[in-house]
Amino acid sequence: MNYPPYLSGSASVSVIMLKVLLALVPGIIAYVWMFGPGVLIGLMLASITALASEALLLKLRNRPIAPFLMDGSALVTAWLLALALPPLAPWWLVVVGTLFAIVVAKQLYGGLGYNPFNPAMIGYAVLLISFPLLMTQWPAPLAIAGAKLSFIEHWHFIFGRALPDNIAIDAISSATPLDTIKTQLRLHHGMAEITAAPMFGTLGGKGSEIVVGAYLLGGLYLLQQRIISWHVPAAFLGSLALMAALFHGVDADHYAGAGLHLFSGAAMLCAFFIATDPVSGPTTPKGKLIFAAGIGVLTWAIRTWGGYPDGVAFAVLFKNICVPLIDAWTQPRVFGHPK
Amino acid sequence: MISKLFKFHGGVHPPEHKLESTRRPIRNLPIPEMLVLPLRQHVGNLPKIRVQAGDHVLKGQLLAEAEGSVSAAVHAPTSGTVVSIEEQLIPHPSGLPDISIAMRPDGEDRWIALEKTDWRHRDRAEMVASLRESGIVGMGGAAFPTQIKLRPSGKSSVRTLIINGAECEPYITCDDLLMRERAEEIVKGIEIAHYLLGPENCLIGIEDNKPEAARVMREACARSSVKIDVAIVPTLYPSGDARRLIGLLTGIEVPSDKRSTDVGLQVFNVATMAAVYRYFEHGEPVVSRLVTVTGNVKDPGNFDVLLGTPMSALLQAADGVLPDTDALIMGGPMMGFRLPSREVPVIKATNCIIASSPRLFPPQPPALPCIRCARCAEACPVDLQPQELYWFAKSKNLEKARDYQLFDCIECGCCSYVCPSRIPLVEFYRYAKSEILAQDKAKEAASLARERNDFRLARIEREKQERAAKHAQKAAGAKTEAGIDDAKKAAIAAALERAKAQKAEVVPQNTDDLSSTVLAEIADTDARRAAAANTQEN
Repeated sequence: MNYPPYLSGSASVSVIMLKVLLALVPGIIAYVWMFGPGVLIGLMLASITALASEALLLKLRNRPIAPFLMDGSALVTAWLLALALPPLAPWWLVVVGTLFAIVVAKQLYGGLGYNPFNPAMIGYAVLLISFPLLMTQWPAPLAIAGAKLSFIEHWHFIFGRALPDNIAIDAISSATPLDTIKTQLRLHHGMAEITAAPMFGTLGGKGSEIVVGAYLLGGLYLLQQRIISWHVPAAFLGSLALMAALFHGVDADHYAGAGLHLFSGAAMLCAFFIATDPVSGPTTPKGKLIFAAGIGVLTWAIRTWGGYPDGVAFAVLFKNICVPLIDAWTQPRVFGHPK
Repeated sequence: MISKLFKFHGGVHPPEHKLESTRRPIRNLPIPEMLVLPLRQHVGNLPKIRVQAGDHVLKGQLLAEAEGSVSAAVHAPTSGTVVSIEEQLIPHPSGLPDISIAMRPDGEDRWIALEKTDWRHRDRAEMVASLRESGIVGMGGAAFPTQIKLRPSGKSSVRTLIINGAECEPYITCDDLLMRERAEEIVKGIEIAHYLLGPENCLIGIEDNKPEAARVMREACARSSVKIDVAIVPTLYPSGDARRLIGLLTGIEVPSDKRSTDVGLQVFNVATMAAVYRYFEHGEPVVSRLVTVTGNVKDPGNFDVLLGTPMSALLQAADGVLPDTDALIMGGPMMGFRLPSREVPVIKATNCIIASSPRLFPPQPPALPCIRCARCAEACPVDLQPQELYWFAKSKNLEKARDYQLFDCIECGCCSYVCPSRIPLVEFYRYAKSEILAQDKAKEAASLARERNDFRLARIEREKQERAAKHAQKAAGAKTEAGIDDAKKAAIAAALERAKAQKAEVVPQNTDDLSSTVLAEIADTDARRAAAANTQEN
C-alpha cells in the first residue's frame, strides 16, 4: 500500500453484493415453497447469461475480467430481474432481459458504477414493453393451483413450452393480485368483493404475501448489516402506504388499502433491493428520502391509474433520471460554512 | 466538570492497537553515534544557521535561529561537534532531501548554562518574545511554531484554552504515556499558557480509551492553582483534530474561513504544554521528544528520544523489527506516511514510528470504480461529499471540486478507510488541491502581467497625446513670447523621441521576410518574456 490510510475498515464491493444475494435467499426459498421450483430455472438462466455477457463485454472493452466478475454486481442484477419476471415465461425472455440489462444498461454505459439507470429495471421494462403477454404468465399459488409441476416439468415448459398431457396452462397459471384488482375494478366490482376471492390472503395475494414477508426479512438483514440505510425503504414504503391509505380512506370501494399495496407486486423487493441500488440512486440522506418517496408515489399512481398492474420498474427508472438533480439540490452544509 | 459533550458528523473506529505500546513505562535511548537535524522541522520559514562545520556545541545550544515570524529555532540535542551542513534525507512524504545539520555527540551530554526563570513575575510580551528561541512547535504532529499561538492576541482574545490529549489515531500512545508519567509537567505548562493568554476557562480533552491518563491528569489538575477541567470524549477518530475537538467540548463550529482564535479558542497538544513548561521553568529548549515505536517490532513502547536520532536506532531500542517488515510509517496508519529510509532522523513532529508488514497492513487490491454508496459521506467529519469530490478530481473538474469545498478536507482518511471499492480518495484530493493551487498561481501571474502591459500601453498612449498637445500648443503659440520656452522644450523632446526611434530601428531584426504566423509566434514569445520579466521584478 502506497497511500495512507494504510488500514481499511469496511466490507469490499464483493462482500456487499454477496450479502445482498444472501438477503434474497429467504425470499427465493419462500418463492419455491409457495409457487414451485420454476423460479430456480429463471435464476439460473439469468445468472449464467449475466456472467457470460459481463465477461464478454469486459473483454471487448479491454477491462480486467476477473476483478469485475468477482464483484458480484452482475449476479445481483440477474437475480433481481429473475425474481421480477414471471417464472413461467420462456427461457429466451429471461436471456433477452438479462442481456439487455448487462450489455446495454450496464456495460455500454461504462460498467460497474457508471450506469445511470437500474440495469434490472431496464431489462424488465424492455421486456414489459416488447412482450406484454408473456410477462403475465405467473404461476398460481400452489395452495389454490389446479396442478403442480415438478422441476423437470417446469424445465420442459420453460424450454419447450411443453406441458404434461393432463395439465392445461390455466391450471398452473393465474393472474396476480394487482392484475386482478385492475381488471375487476374495470368491471365495476367493489374492492371488498374483489379481495374476497380465494387468491387473496391476509395482506396481499395468497402465497405471494409469504414471499414478500421473506423479502422484508432479507431487507431487515441488510439494514442490520448496514449494507443499506433506512432512508430508502422507509420513504418508499411510507409514501406508498400513505397514498394508499389516503385514497382507501376516502373511497374504500375503488382503492386498495395500504397493506395490499405493501404486500403485493414488487413493492418490498423495490424497498430493500431495487431502489437501494447505490449506483443509480442519490447519495445524500435527504436525497434518498426524496428519491424513494417519489418512487412510492409514482408506483402507487401507476398501479392505480396507469396501464400496467405494477409500477415499480417505471417509477424507479423515472426517478433515476432525477438523481443528478436531487443530489445537486440536497448537498448538506459543509462543516464551518454558513447555515 | 463539563456537563455536556457535543458531537461531530461521521468519524470511524479503526482497531486501536494501543495496548502493545503502553505496557512498559517510557524508556530512554542511549545517545546515538550521529544526529541529523533538518532545519525544516516546522511549518514556516527556514531558520538561519548559526554554526559551522567543526564547531563544538553544547546541549541546548542554538544551531539555527528562527527567521521571520513563522519559524522555529533548532538546538543541539546533546553536546558534540558539528560535522556537516548539507542536504540529507528527511522524514517527509516527498522523500526528498533537505538541508540538515549533522553532529557527532561527544558522549558528555553537557548542557549550556540554563536560565531558570520565575515566569510568574515576568512580563508576558517578553516571555512570548523569548519563545522564539525555544524551538517549540506543535508537538501533536502539526509542528506549527508555538510562539505565534501564545501571543497575547491583539484582535481577539482567547476565552477558552483547549488542551488536546485525545490522541485519536490508532497505534500512537506517546501522549497517553506522557499524561500518565508527566502529568505535572503538562499541567504546569498549561498554567503558563493560562498566564500568557488569560482565558476564562480551560479544558483538556482525552479519549475514553485512556482511563489511566485521564485519572492521573484529573489528579494533577486538582492540585493546580488554575481551574482545569478534564473532559472524557468518546473514542472516535478523528476527535483529536483541533476543530473536531473544539466542537466536541464546546459545541462551537469554527467557521471554515476563520481560525479558532477568531472565535476565542486556542488549542495545544499536551506535549506542547510539557515543552513550554520545560522551557520556562528550566530554560530547556526542545531537544527531545516522546516517540511511540510499535507495529512489527519485538518490544514496542515509548521512548524519550533526542531529536536527530536515526529511526534505525529507535527500532533497535524496541528490540528490532520482525523479519517480514516492509516499511516504516511515521505517524499513525490513518494520516502517516512511509519513510524513504530507516536512517532518516526523528524530528519534532515524529510522534510515532510503525514498522509495517503485509500482515499488519495488507496490500490493497486494485481499486474498483466508485459505486456511489456514500459510505465516505457518512464517515466524513467535515460533512463533505467525498464521492462527488472524487468524481470531480478524477475528471479534473477542478472548479467543481472547489465549489464542493475541497479545501475544507482535512485529509483524515476516513473516506478511504470505509471505501468498499478501496479507492485512495485522499490521494485524489491532495492531487486536486495542488493542481488548483498551481492554476491559481499561474492565473495570478498572468493577470499581473496583463495589468502591467495594460498600464504600459496606457502610459504610451498618454505620452503620445501629451506630445500631440504640446505640438499643437507650439503651432498655436509659436509667435507669442510665452510660447518660446515650451516650443524649445517640445523641440528637445521631439529630438529625443526621434533619437529613441532611430535607436530602436538600429536593433537588427531579421524578421523582414517572415510569414505572419512566425511573426505572431515571435510577438507571443516577446510577450511571454515580458510577462516573465515582470513577475521576476515582483
